[in-house]
Amino acid sequence: MNWRSISSIYRFEMARTFRTLTQSILSPVLSTVLYFVVFGSAIGGRIETVEGIPYGAFIVPGLVMLTVLQQAVSNASFGIYFPKFIGTIYELLSAPLSFVEIVIGYVGAAATKALMISLIILATSTLFVDLSIAHPFYMLGFLILTCISFALLGFIIGIWAGNFEQLQLIPLLVITPLVFLGGAFYSVDMLPPFWAAVSHFNPVLYLISGFRWAFFEASDVPVGASLAAIMVFLTLCLGIIWAIFRTGWRIKP
Amino acid sequence: MAPIISIRDLTKTYDGGFTALDGVSLDIEEGEILALLGPNGAGKTTLISCICALVSPSGGSVAVGGHDTLTDFRAARSLIGLVPQEVSIEPFETVENTVKFSRGLFGLPPDPAHIEKVLRALSLWDKRSNRNMELSGGMKRRVLIAKALSHEPRVLFLDEPTAGVDVALRKDMWDLVRSLRAEGVTIILTTHYIEEAEEMADRIGVIDSGKLLLVEQKSVLMQKMGQKELTLHLAAPLADLPAALADYDLTRSEDGQALTYRYDTRAQRTGITRLLADLAAAGIAFRDLETRQSSLEDVFLTLVDEGARSTTQEGAA
Repeated sequence: MNWRSISSIYRFEMARTFRTLTQSILSPVLSTVLYFVVFGSAIGGRIETVEGIPYGAFIVPGLVMLTVLQQAVSNASFGIYFPKFIGTIYELLSAPLSFVEIVIGYVGAAATKALMISLIILATSTLFVDLSIAHPFYMLGFLILTCISFALLGFIIGIWAGNFEQLQLIPLLVITPLVFLGGAFYSVDMLPPFWAAVSHFNPVLYLISGFRWAFFEASDVPVGASLAAIMVFLTLCLGIIWAIFRTGWRIKP
Repeated sequence: MAPIISIRDLTKTYDGGFTALDGVSLDIEEGEILALLGPNGAGKTTLISCICALVSPSGGSVAVGGHDTLTDFRAARSLIGLVPQEVSIEPFETVENTVKFSRGLFGLPPDPAHIEKVLRALSLWDKRSNRNMELSGGMKRRVLIAKALSHEPRVLFLDEPTAGVDVALRKDMWDLVRSLRAEGVTIILTTHYIEEAEEMADRIGVIDSGKLLLVEQKSVLMQKMGQKELTLHLAAPLADLPAALADYDLTRSEDGQALTYRYDTRAQRTGITRLLADLAAAGIAFRDLETRQSSLEDVFLTLVDEGARSTTQEGAA
């Protein structure tokens, strides 16, 4: 494993994050604060508790997941799409690097950035609500796994995308709706039985539920199912990336 | 000595069915400057892209420094620096960081002294803190070269290095290539400027329609194909060629003021002495004469022309 090359990619990508600090970090934090104001304060005032948890605190894990999924996907997809778009990918391909090393560099940087933002949002949320974390290590581990898995998904999207519209397509049309319908702002038990059952086909439900369990020990699905879901997703993404690099799909003619 | 790059039966057929390389075999010796000459679309860039792993070959093999580019890709690629034809460069990063990144990408430890040397050699040192997007086109091209040199390659590929570049930069580029060669770096450049090949190369390969038509020492090539022309400017216009001169390959200019004699420098006898004697016998006086060695451009056009003709004949047969 060529760690020097990996760290070069990683640092180059992190430099991009810090160069664009405002849009990288401030804007997701700002939009989360807005969610708190709207859902936590305005609407939350009418909903006292969900499953015994104050509504303001109840939505924190969902908000963090919403941001993590969006950020991990968009950072990783942009990170690899940009060199493809401007042509600098020639250097990655001609360098003495294996594809595994390229993936570790780009996905590692995107996951790190998503993790940083999620921790900032968690810290911000303590300004609005009282938050206690029942299982902090599990919470962190689950968060990191999610960051990595969705950065891998983003990497796949970045390789697949042929233009900037396609880059936005999956985050906007798939991920955001799945998060909203995956119980980010409600417990699926509050839904009519039919829709509660349908929700169990939404993979993001398992992520939010598992993450929420780490905070409140309350969940829509068993924790084991959440862990299994994230591991399956992670394996799936790794498999697709392996296939992409084996065939040179969308990278090498 | 084993060649630094050894290409065997390399073929590339793109998905659309277009064959860009059609069985190219070529050995490149360490320390030489090889110019690949050919018209647009001849397969020059595809050849380089196959060696540098930007394109997967359809068949054949390439070894760099004895390392196969597919099975032993790390060792092979670490010897190569590539300057692509398109100016592709990260716009928002500074010149210095871009160049340092390239060195790190090749897995080498930081070496500020080497980076400074490269940046100074390319007149980029004063611009090192500028963002790439602030640079002129020529400067960006220099950054590309600096990136390729940052990891101290043994083989440098320059794909159309002087396309769309002003005279000053072209001259700098030539100087740089010469000094790199003095350090023992092997250089492969593609160009469709024949003067560039003529000026810089030790050997010249002519490529057209995915086939390597010939590879030859530049001097040998020019001599081998070297037709010479002798032009005689006559004292008085000549209406017709006298019958006594009919055996010579002579062309009369339209106004009858000049005669051109074509001969082969390779021939044992060029026939010049006899021609001049016969002219004197026929009473034709001349006031001046000049000879012209055919340039590489003539050679090149002849080759590509012959290549096209033989392809057509094959097609007909």
